[in-house]
Amino acid sequence: MHLPHPRGPLTEELLGALRSGIDDFYAVLAAAPTATGEDAALALWVLHELHYRGFGEVPEQLEWDPQLIRVRRVLEHDLENRLRDRFTAPEGLSFVEDVFDWIDGHEGPSLARHVHRDADREQVLELFRLRSLYHLKEADPTAWVVPRLGVRAKAALMELQYDEYGAGDPNRLHHHLFAEGMRASGLEPAYDAYLHLVPLEVLEQNNALSMFGLHRRLRGAALGHLAAFEATSSLPSRRMAQGLERLGFPAEMVDYYAEHVEADAVHEQLAVRTICAALLEEEPELEEDLWFGAFTCLDLEDRFARTMLARWGVEEEVA
Amino acid sequence: MSAAGTHFEHPDVVVCPGGPMLLRGKHTIEDADGVPHETTRPVTAVCRCDRSASFPWCDGTHRVLPAKLRPT
Ligand code: FES
Ligand SMILES: [Fe+2]
Ligand SMILES: [Fe+2]
Repeated sequence: MHLPHPRGPLTEELLGALRSGIDDFYAVLAAAPTATGEDAALALWVLHELHYRGFGEVPEQLEWDPQLIRVRRVLEHDLENRLRDRFTAPEGLSFVEDVFDWIDGHEGPSLARHVHRDADREQVLELFRLRSLYHLKEADPTAWVVPRLGVRAKAALMELQYDEYGAGDPNRLHHHLFAEGMRASGLEPAYDAYLHLVPLEVLEQNNALSMFGLHRRLRGAALGHLAAFEATSSLPSRRMAQGLERLGFPAEMVDYYAEHVEADAVHEQLAVRTICAALLEEEPELEEDLWFGAFTCLDLEDRFARTMLARWGVEEEVA
Repeated sequence: MSAAGTHFEHPDVVVCPGGPMLLRGKHTIEDADGVPHETTRPVTAVCRCDRSASFPWCDGTHRVLPAKLRPT
């Protein structure tokens, strides 16, 4: 795994400092508050990555360097404020009872519909490259939430995560299935391979997930995001699988989506009725953060879908 | 907390209102034509609306049915 190319002054400073092996990051700290858009998002993505698999060029002890953590916090603060500004909590709804209907009532552009009927091969390959940033670490950010939960919610989350991780069989581990699909489709299954291509919207999706996972304070948002993610997967995965068959994609990639039709029909029920329900029994004050996480999941996916459809010159197709 | 300790309900079968039935563990389901289907994952969602394209497993189709066609 290699450090990406900078996208502005902040990443210029940050990547230079990480590479040089010094442990004086004041210049990075100084650049952080002025960074905008992609530059800030890429910087945060790199800082989060130190907590996953890291980079060959970066000494491992920098994961907990206080100055880098300070930079991370500045950028996360900014991201969280932006996400919260977009969100209004629905009134008079119960998360466990109403979240499915609330999601079904959400009208957003659908990439799966486009892939199903109209996308060409090149567009689908582009989608895989951009989505690989998340799919190659699928379920990992949510794993950080486990030790922050009470007994029932913890057992419930592990029941779902166990399936994401292949129930002990590495061949069925979901991010491995995606890697196999990429390989079979002629793509490079490494999560830095296409980092230079991903737009702001994809960096934000990944940063939000990592931030929710890394902060105990945001466990409600992490699990709300999980619920919305699982609850918007089964039918779209079916459309994806059929679209891939239409375009002659290899069986490995079709298998990844076919697996998600059935797995996520289970996971959406587990996420809402066991995980979030147990969380609320233990910590009812987290209900608003469940909505915040769920909203953020839908909103960031809408933004990504809009960007891609506009790039391809396609009229929005509402899910 | 009581001296008897805490016991959590953890049923093998969970009926989801408007949706599937969750089954924990390994089971074989025989469909209406007598064909057996084995569960393959730790928890399986069995379709109760009869309209899944992956029958007998739930594929989320119940979510797009009008309320009166959803299982209770
Ligand atoms: S119950 Fe989900 S598809 Fe039938
Ligand atoms: Fe998955
Ligand atoms: Fe899932």
